[in-house]
Amino acid sequence: MDIPKSFLGYKRENGRAGTRNHVIILPVDDISNACAEAVSNNIKGTIALPHSYGRLQFGADLELHFRTMIGTGKNPNVAAVIVIGIEPKWTKRIVDAIAKTGKPVEGFSIEGVGDIDTIAKVSKKAQELSMWASEKQREECPISDLWISVKCGESDTTSGLASNPTVGNLMDKLEPLGVHLCFGETSELTGAENVCAKRGKTKEAQEKFMKTWSSYNDFILKEATNDLSESQPTAGNIAGGLTTIEEKAFGNFQKIGSREFIDVLEPAEEPSKGKGLYFMDTSSAAAECVTLQAAGGFNIHLFPTGQGNIIGNPIEPVIKLTANPLTAKTMSEHIDLDVSKILSREMNLDQAGDELIKATLKVANGRLTCAEALGHKEFVMTKLYRSA
Amino acid sequence: MAKTDIIIHDKKDNVGVIVVEKVNKGQDCGCWIMENDASNNIKSEAEIPLGHKIALQDFKEGDTIIKYGHDIGKVVKSIKKGDHVHVHNVKTKKW
Repeated sequence: MDIPKSFLGYKRENGRAGTRNHVIILPVDDISNACAEAVSNNIKGTIALPHSYGRLQFGADLELHFRTMIGTGKNPNVAAVIVIGIEPKWTKRIVDAIAKTGKPVEGFSIEGVGDIDTIAKVSKKAQELSMWASEKQREECPISDLWISVKCGESDTTSGLASNPTVGNLMDKLEPLGVHLCFGETSELTGAENVCAKRGKTKEAQEKFMKTWSSYNDFILKEATNDLSESQPTAGNIAGGLTTIEEKAFGNFQKIGSREFIDVLEPAEEPSKGKGLYFMDTSSAAAECVTLQAAGGFNIHLFPTGQGNIIGNPIEPVIKLTANPLTAKTMSEHIDLDVSKILSREMNLDQAGDELIKATLKVANGRLTCAEALGHKEFVMTKLYRSA
Repeated sequence: MAKTDIIIHDKKDNVGVIVVEKVNKGQDCGCWIMENDASNNIKSEAEIPLGHKIALQDFKEGDTIIKYGHDIGKVVKSIKKGDHVHVHNVKTKKW
């Protein structure tokens, strides 16, 4: 297949391109959710991103909170941002960082004003931004403007056999065209960690990966009451035929094809070493992982599933594929691409990879994903430890 | 092309994955080895559902299960060729 060299995206002030054109209302903290949601109810074309944290966090956990907030606002799928917090200081820190992209962003704080007057004031600004963003037109953008993140979920053996290798085939074909790629799931590489580390392009990347994985593993050994057998693999994984974490890891690992990663990113960190594949240190919980990858600047997500994970994200479209013929049949409203014909040998990996490229470009051009049509907007902050 | 009931990733693998709704006890199953596109047959000794694994050889306690050409765990209860391989007879080596 001749791979199209462009897609229709929204060009942003900082040179990036979006596959979506959202105006987001971003609460800094849990207690500002009500205000943010009231504004998004008032003003069409805006979306609130409520979440559970943002108060009394400190140290690396607080830094991650800021990085996630700021990265979400900076994501090129977002046209404009309103930030609402209880206090002005943290609100301003987020506004100032997002403003560096050149996109419209405005902050409001509730203390001393109250919800009702804040909602009235913010709604006026939100209306202005929503109508401004609605004028934006899709333009031809090079395929290298795609930043593709991947994560699998509710995996079973069909994931490792077919749907994950389909994603790997897409990576092998698109990496040479200059796209950014990202995989994560530190915990689910357990069992394949040494093989994965060898995929680091440089000795530095390999060592950084092993350090990241070991730090995770030390934490698990410290906190776990016995082992991870109840969580890794999950009951869904086991029902699907996955027996051990090692088997799950080698299946998971098929998603990167034969690519090598150039760097290891902190959770929600934006890549800075140019085009190519990155590993991001993330949880393997679907919504947490995709939220972190979106905050890292990725603008389209590929999600292979076996038993049928239903996750979506408010700003990064999540494309689902499955090779499990039962899931494709019983959960068809969640599946954007069915590659189960690989298992019956009616389709090979090369053909499946081409189909996935076509599906990805359709969504990049504006086609809604199943998760978007069904209203899935899981925005889930990763918390490193308890608050003060 | 013969019907494929079982897919084997790598020719080094000693288990295969059922890719039809299920195989029945005593069924003569067609296998496809992805790595070298070879085919062979195995008789199933149990009813095994879609996505679950079948033993391609006899195993005794302590043996290693190989899938994707890699070690994915240890045998904790002996397994006969053609039997169902899962959490009842295989455990991780991690914990």
